[in-house]
Amino acid sequence: MFNWLQQLADWLVYSVLGISAQSHFGEALNFFVYDTIKILILLFFITFLMGIVNSYFPIDRIRNFLSRNKLYGAEYLMASTFGAVTPFCSCSSVPLFIGFVKGGIPLGVTFAFLITSPLVNEVAVAIFLGMFGLKATLVYVISGILLGVISGAILGRMNLEPLLTDWVRKVWEQARAEQEAFASEKTSFIQRIPTIVKEAFGIVKSVFVYVLIGIAIGAAMHGYVPEGFFEQYIGRDTWYAVPLAVVLGVPMYANAAGVIPVVQVFVSKGMPIGTSLAFMMAVVGLSIPEATLLKKVMTTKLVLIFFGVVATCIMFSGYLFNIIL
Amino acid sequence: MATSIKILGPGCAKCKTTFEVVKKAVEQAGIQADIEKIEDLEGMMKYNILTTPVVVVNEEIKIKGRVPTVEEIKNLLN
Repeated sequence: MFNWLQQLADWLVYSVLGISAQSHFGEALNFFVYDTIKILILLFFITFLMGIVNSYFPIDRIRNFLSRNKLYGAEYLMASTFGAVTPFCSCSSVPLFIGFVKGGIPLGVTFAFLITSPLVNEVAVAIFLGMFGLKATLVYVISGILLGVISGAILGRMNLEPLLTDWVRKVWEQARAEQEAFASEKTSFIQRIPTIVKEAFGIVKSVFVYVLIGIAIGAAMHGYVPEGFFEQYIGRDTWYAVPLAVVLGVPMYANAAGVIPVVQVFVSKGMPIGTSLAFMMAVVGLSIPEATLLKKVMTTKLVLIFFGVVATCIMFSGYLFNIIL
Repeated sequence: MATSIKILGPGCAKCKTTFEVVKKAVEQAGIQADIEKIEDLEGMMKYNILTTPVVVVNEEIKIKGRVPTVEEIKNLLN
């Protein structure tokens, strides 16, 4: 699919700039040109597609559906899947959280949504697709959704409602199944396109710098770090590699777009895929800015429990992937 | 009576853009309007919303979960 792009990168670096294909610098530059263009194309297409989905996504109706129906566990899967398709804007996560609580949706189900929403987002998926290909992206998306389901179910069993902040608890006590009808917007598909394109451009623009930095670091490492380098230090048998990866990953957030290209090089130089996936999930799924926002609706203890449970589940999935992949 | 416009959002980039868009639209439409930014969550949750930013015109939710265009707001105000 991207053969033409590789040819373009080869031509640009080796013919136009006249840099030798055998040199480290030539290899690194080629990698940088190819990956940057590829990621930008994917990023635009996927944010555009997600923009269309979001423009029609009836979040209100889904909330109502979840609050009205007993689904015997399937509500976790539904909430987690919806979390994956809704756009990630950390500032929407809090109103959404309260809206769910208000609708009488169990806390665990709300958490399932809240976990997958940042974890499986359009930027991460686009970059993942560009760096690791379709199969690995599917593994990431599916395990992300399952992670939301499992963590949500665990949190749901812990009776955490008393740990909400006072006013949210009041909202929770007065919760009721929402019945109101919502007026849907009546703009045609064609009318929506300009806004969606504009938003897609906005997203690409806002992560562009991180992507560039990430690919530049990746490209430099690609050319200079020897093959199998990471295998020596954090191979499959190093038991502490996964927890370490998660602990390092949680505080990084703004760099999610930049981290994936770097991790791709780690993987190509011998870092086990489970450890890498755990690291990326921790980077993308849990972050300090998110914790700060959540503190508005949860006590510190609840935020810590939430992060603790999710981080533990990420570690387990890291070990699991190291064994099965 | 001046039109009341409220912009709900906890202060992220999209919410700020929406505020600017509304201000511009009101200027261009040349009408009297009170534009208010609601950033505290409790005030925000009085309205039944799930996604931000939200534009409320005369206590009626007009736009939610996205940044509107200037034209759109002007149409809403007329």
